[in-house]
Amino acid sequence: MSYVEESYDVVVIGAGHAGCEAALASARMGLNTICFTISMDSVALMPCNPNIGGSSKGHLVRELDALGGEMGINIDHTFIQSKMLNSSKGPAVHSLRAQADKAAYSTRMKKIMQQTSNLTLRQAEVTELIIKDKKIKGVKTLSGATYHCKAVVICTGTYLKARCLYGDVIEHCGPNGLKAANHLTDSLITNNVEINRFKTGTPARIDGNSIDYSKMEIQLGDNPVIPFSFSTKREDVQIEQVPCYLTYTNEKTHEIIRANLDRSPMYSGVIEGTGPRYCPSIEDKVVRFADKNRHQLFVEPEGLNTNEMYIGGMSSSMPEDVQYAMYRTVPGLENCKFVRNAYAIEYDCINATQLKASLEFKDIDGLFAAGQFNGSSGYEEAAAQGLVAGINAALKLLNKEPMILDRSNSYIGVLIDDLVTKETKEPYRMMTSRSEYRLLLRQDNADLRLSKIGYEVGLLSKERFDHVVEKERLINDEVARVKEINIGARKEVQELLESYGSIPLSNGIKLVDLIRRPELDYDKLAPIDPERPELSDEVREEVNIYIKYEGYLSRQEKQVKQFKKLESKNIPQNINYEDVSSLRIEARQKLTKLRPANIGQASRISGVSPADISVLLVYLETFKG
Amino acid sequence: MYHSDTICAIATSMNSSGIGIIRVSGEESIPIVDSIFRGKNKLIDCDSHTIQYGHIYDNNELIDEVLIMIMKAPRSYTTEDTIEIDCHGGILILKKILSILVKNGARIAEPGEFTKRAFLNGRIDLSEAESIMDLISSNSELAMKNSIKQLSGSLNKIIVDLRNKILYETAYIESALDDPEHYDLNGYPEELSKKVDEMLDSINDLISSFKSGHILKEGINTLILGKPNAGKSSLLNTLSRRERAIVTDIPGTTRDTLEEQITINGVALNIIDTAGIRETDDIVEKIGVDKALDSIDDADLILFVLDSSRPLDENDIFIINKIIHKKVIILLNKSDLVSQISEEEIYKKYDKPVIPFSSVSLDGLKTLESKITDMFFTGQVKSDDTLYITNSRQAGCLINAKNSLSNVLTSIENMMPEDFFSIDLMDAYNYLGEITGETIDDDLANKIFSEFCMGK
Repeated sequence: MSYVEESYDVVVIGAGHAGCEAALASARMGLNTICFTISMDSVALMPCNPNIGGSSKGHLVRELDALGGEMGINIDHTFIQSKMLNSSKGPAVHSLRAQADKAAYSTRMKKIMQQTSNLTLRQAEVTELIIKDKKIKGVKTLSGATYHCKAVVICTGTYLKARCLYGDVIEHCGPNGLKAANHLTDSLITNNVEINRFKTGTPARIDGNSIDYSKMEIQLGDNPVIPFSFSTKREDVQIEQVPCYLTYTNEKTHEIIRANLDRSPMYSGVIEGTGPRYCPSIEDKVVRFADKNRHQLFVEPEGLNTNEMYIGGMSSSMPEDVQYAMYRTVPGLENCKFVRNAYAIEYDCINATQLKASLEFKDIDGLFAAGQFNGSSGYEEAAAQGLVAGINAALKLLNKEPMILDRSNSYIGVLIDDLVTKETKEPYRMMTSRSEYRLLLRQDNADLRLSKIGYEVGLLSKERFDHVVEKERLINDEVARVKEINIGARKEVQELLESYGSIPLSNGIKLVDLIRRPELDYDKLAPIDPERPELSDEVREEVNIYIKYEGYLSRQEKQVKQFKKLESKNIPQNINYEDVSSLRIEARQKLTKLRPANIGQASRISGVSPADISVLLVYLETFKG
Repeated sequence: MYHSDTICAIATSMNSSGIGIIRVSGEESIPIVDSIFRGKNKLIDCDSHTIQYGHIYDNNELIDEVLIMIMKAPRSYTTEDTIEIDCHGGILILKKILSILVKNGARIAEPGEFTKRAFLNGRIDLSEAESIMDLISSNSELAMKNSIKQLSGSLNKIIVDLRNKILYETAYIESALDDPEHYDLNGYPEELSKKVDEMLDSINDLISSFKSGHILKEGINTLILGKPNAGKSSLLNTLSRRERAIVTDIPGTTRDTLEEQITINGVALNIIDTAGIRETDDIVEKIGVDKALDSIDDADLILFVLDSSRPLDENDIFIINKIIHKKVIILLNKSDLVSQISEEEIYKKYDKPVIPFSSVSLDGLKTLESKITDMFFTGQVKSDDTLYITNSRQAGCLINAKNSLSNVLTSIENMMPEDFFSIDLMDAYNYLGEITGETIDDDLANKIFSEFCMGK
């Protein structure tokens, strides 16, 4: 039977990392929002690795925070160890990564959701989309209830028709034995949505009491800790941290794997989904990198109130007995006991080229999608998309232009552009090398890049925005001041230079030239710069980066200018590419299928050549007339 | 190609000596020309629509005395800042100036690019859009065809190998940045520095081979055709005044093509001697014959050699039917022997200039030389500009790739962090890709995933 339950502005399907951000954004922007979860006990669940951030993912979290998202604040409240990765490398690749107390992370997010006005959190499985005249009208749940709404954000993660596999065991369930969502796919297919099937996996969780840590290398967090959120005070995150551990597989492990390959569902062909190459199972690593005689394993706590340890680097879909045998070859794990075994998981997702950069479906008005459902992987990638989809669903109902982040202002822009422009053949993971302007898109300046946008869409508070405006002013003033300063070959100058192994001066020199020396930086030169005002860590860091890498930064700024020119040339959506006979046939087909929003996006479609773009530019001129 | 960077090209046709004009258009055109021009004033300080007198320099080497016309945006054909350089040093000087402009940041324009820019900036009637689009697409196909044609197998292989090496190093760095607890970059900069040195060596080799003309063939492609023993090799030797082709009386001695660059009255010719064309069962000879026939398409001018001591035979007729649509001069060779062919009859039949010639007595050589220069200066034959453009473009890409790799070395010397290396490495990779016509797509991500073991 069916009945009408209620009406909302926005329905969010799923309460994982994408769903939570989408629902919070929409509700905080004043829209009446309901968020469905398959289980009230799995809100903001971390079913795989127990950490947030990491190379390039840390950037995503910083950006999300600058726009007014929750993930950064949530991990600042619930982390148990934190590290700045790549701190010896250039500022563009510094990346924050924090170990989370999984249960605390989930609990705090659920509490925030429930405390937010305009937001209802509800346990139910959404089974059907109600779409009329290519417009979303509502959703139905398994119970038969209908929820009318004006926009829907799909954030189903790995739950659609999920099945978990190890050896010859197939469980028709989502991660952690949670219920799968088996109906929504059919409703999507009915509405002509193109479905892909992807696969991923997770390692075993081991009882910490059964591990011999003395055989492993201890891995400690940073001191001092740097928070994720620009709104978190540094003194609030200097907590007592817990250690992680490092150990390795060995030839014995690899022998066991090789001897049992025929029992792996990956190799016997039972698994249909496409898995990520960047996050291979241990059996994949052993087969594909046969010359490596060991692989790293990271042993990470899952929280303060559990003895479960996550064995990073050893995901597997081998039968449980083989898993036991191979884990027990690892130093420190000889007597290990499993709490949860490793498994692979398959799920339905979509080809995200069906979406606009706003994450709304091109063909279904008011239907948005975010997270692993769009073919990405990772909590941070999911959260970033969830935030964008939630904001844009709200903006749509407020009759405002969508918020489009692009490749020149954020990793989130890169992530979404890649997803909606390139046909992703495997779960998509963020990497710093995917960003062509990464020197400009640093984690340290995410607030400078994005706060204005977050403030204008109505998500970031005025207080936080004003703070960023002031920060920017201080940076600019200080850079201008430093550029004017000349340093003479005084005794104290020579002594300072010598103390850092830097060549003493023979003549006067500009202060900026000293800052640019590799062995020196802005802070180190403070003693010979008496006029220097007192500035916060954050401001001094920006000043230093700006001066030290000015040449490279201005080079990328120039490239961004070029990029923006093409990005601003919009393509009318009623264009018929068949009319443009000078386009090559392959280009015509690709453009017809993907319907890029502007020339810049068109130029990134594989199979569209620079000459095709020139032709298109000329053709667009005739449109204007 | 569609960026609004600064482009340059020779605006006058490339066939006559004397005055020629180079046009430069784009945001940077004034500073770029300023960097190679020495006159009374800096161009940047001059008013629009004025003419400046001065000299073009390559560093400190004087290249030419020039007049420069400045047209500032939007009052120019393209509506961008535009400079026209009036030079009077002939084709070689024009090309030299063009290459200096490229060295200083301009790019050789694609065919039709000035017109395209003028159009996109609203200068040309919309009704011309269709023809401009056709021009772009046909030119780009042609350019691609040329580009591939000119890249011999070995050259192509050098570039592909270089790109692979660059991609591997970049992927290595990126893996280490992406998975810092897994891959270590200790000591890597020194290692990379050596590898980049090697890469630079091979790019420098390529650049010098472009410069010495092994690849960059200048001048009019002139093909010598005829049946075996008609006297083709003797003609080449006579023209180049050097014994290069093997001249014997045995038909079929030249089994491959021979090339020679010569200058006649200031006109550069790139002369290609071919195997004699006849029906043959000899496999080696047949390859030469096929190659000779293939060359016909690319020839700007054909010197068709007939043995006038014998009557026309089916081989002669076969050849002449293949070349009837081209610019041809028919040489009645062996005019020192008794002629079996009438000059007038041949002229009437084929409507091509006919010159009696003897490589023994050198009879007709002067007539041939003045005929060739005549045809050139009246514009009846001209060298293939698109070929030249493709070549310059490729050379430009090589220079850019070289600069990017040099930047890597500078970054290493300055102890910059490793992530800066990959920016310039990828630039070099993309420049080299432009030569072979490859697109970037997801090469790097694919390389990282396939070569390096990542992840949880």
